[in-house]
Amino acid sequence: MIWNEEAECMSREEMEELQLANLKRVVDYAYNCVPFYRKRFDEIGLRPEHIQNLKDIEKIPFTTKDDLRENYPFNLFACPMKKIIRLHASSGTTGKPVVVGYTRKDLENWTECVARIIVAAGGREDDLAQIVFGYGLFTGGFGLHYGLEKVGITVLPMSSGNSERQLMMMQDFGSTIVVGTPSYVLYLSEVAEEMGLKKENFKLRLGLFGGEGVTTSMKEELEERWGILATQNYGLTEITGPGVSGECIYQDGMHINEDHFYPEIIDPDTGQAKDYGEEGELVLTTLTKEGIPMLRYRTRDITVLTQEPCKCGRTNTRMAKVRGRTDDMLIIKGVNVFPSQIEDVLVGMEGVGPHYQIVVKKKGYMDDVQVMVEFVDRKLVDNFRALKDLEEKVRNKLRSVLQIDVRVKLVEPKTLERFTGKARRVIDLRNKE
Amino acid sequence: MLIKQISVFLENKSGRLADVLNILGKNDIDLIAISISDTTDFGILRLIVNKPEKAEKVLRESGRTVNSTEVLAIAVEDKPGSLAGALACLASESIGIEYLYAVGKDTRGAVVIVRVDDLDRAIRILADNNVKLLSAEILYKL
Repeated sequence: MIWNEEAECMSREEMEELQLANLKRVVDYAYNCVPFYRKRFDEIGLRPEHIQNLKDIEKIPFTTKDDLRENYPFNLFACPMKKIIRLHASSGTTGKPVVVGYTRKDLENWTECVARIIVAAGGREDDLAQIVFGYGLFTGGFGLHYGLEKVGITVLPMSSGNSERQLMMMQDFGSTIVVGTPSYVLYLSEVAEEMGLKKENFKLRLGLFGGEGVTTSMKEELEERWGILATQNYGLTEITGPGVSGECIYQDGMHINEDHFYPEIIDPDTGQAKDYGEEGELVLTTLTKEGIPMLRYRTRDITVLTQEPCKCGRTNTRMAKVRGRTDDMLIIKGVNVFPSQIEDVLVGMEGVGPHYQIVVKKKGYMDDVQVMVEFVDRKLVDNFRALKDLEEKVRNKLRSVLQIDVRVKLVEPKTLERFTGKARRVIDLRNKE
Repeated sequence: MLIKQISVFLENKSGRLADVLNILGKNDIDLIAISISDTTDFGILRLIVNKPEKAEKVLRESGRTVNSTEVLAIAVEDKPGSLAGALACLASESIGIEYLYAVGKDTRGAVVIVRVDDLDRAIRILADNNVKLLSAEILYKL
């Protein structure tokens, strides 16, 4: 089944025509309504009317997460706040998050895009979907919520956590779809096992996973343990949230909602455009966003694009699952974490040094993060309580900035490795065990 | 009456304690009392040794994070209730005990090492109540 056949199955010519019309409109809009873009364009003598075909998009400078940070919180918004009816935010590279605003139209488009990927993955009106994504500033919960409702699916907005209760409702209500991060849903299967529950006790048949990548082994594990089809979808707050792309039941790449998001692949080092089929960094331009239009946003996600026809009949461009990052962002429990955020916290704290090391591991199916930090005052060595207090203080501060729990391990002064060149402060053992 | 205690920070990894004790052994430093407080991530090793200055020096030179503190060595009669009595007089004067560990016993009685929040007052109160405090010289000969 296809949610919006007109949009998802149009010919390439029609799609490109539509994209060009929308691109011209959004460039003109961004130039006239966002001083940041006007300045960027003026600096290189670029005018909106210079965009005459889709290839001309390459004349436009990239937009990055740093640009969002420098324009924190609302300076990239293209319309007055009275038009903005929702805010979301995700991790920035420092203590400040990146903030996005949605107009009513933006929310409608977002909901439409999410509805498409839900139906593509096999979601139907008579399903009951349990959302175990966290609600709140994170786009995952609300994004899927409204898309599911639009399709007519019964939504059970559980949010994350409280696993035993999740499983009780999943069983009692007969949830057929689970929506969340793959690692949390795997963890739920462990809890179910401990409670003596088997997959036969549940009616789940489909998983819609996002927030973090789904590795092949995770997918197999999810399908085996729950007896579901494990599909993944892709999105990022800066662009809209989930709904940028998603897998259909054939799971041969994620279908991009190209009438709303124009994809390019570039060489991350040179910024040069690459062809379909070549691996590179995904760059996205929002074609219809009103609240915060993004021109050539560098996602830092590495993937491959293809326009080969898909068995499902959709004609839009597909992207392979994300193969890596071009920056040092980590995705931990579905939350984006930048090592620079941790550094930012430590530099501003008394009692600890600015050096740190992060070790990310899998504990069962859950991510486990340990941050090693040096205490600076040798006199603390005699004072057990002061050391514990310091550890607790660092942990609380990190939690408030990162939005996840980490374990803090205090180590002796001057024992962490000092780097003269590029620092290697992150040891990610998750896919190596 | 003050005894110098050495504290050493230990990362929670196997072999760390043995390393520290090895260094002391090689330098001919005798252990009088030893205690560890630990969490899952780190531990604090507290030592009473017969050459505290030397111990502090060699441990620091080997890269350990070391600190020294003054503690008291209380000797009580080796019979039920005697330690309780000694501590009660501190409690009645609102002196807090940060930590305490036992050394063992010999003919002089049972000996415990105590760290209190107010050393000077504690010494006075213990003396007033006829609780015996050991000097470093005597303690090292136990």
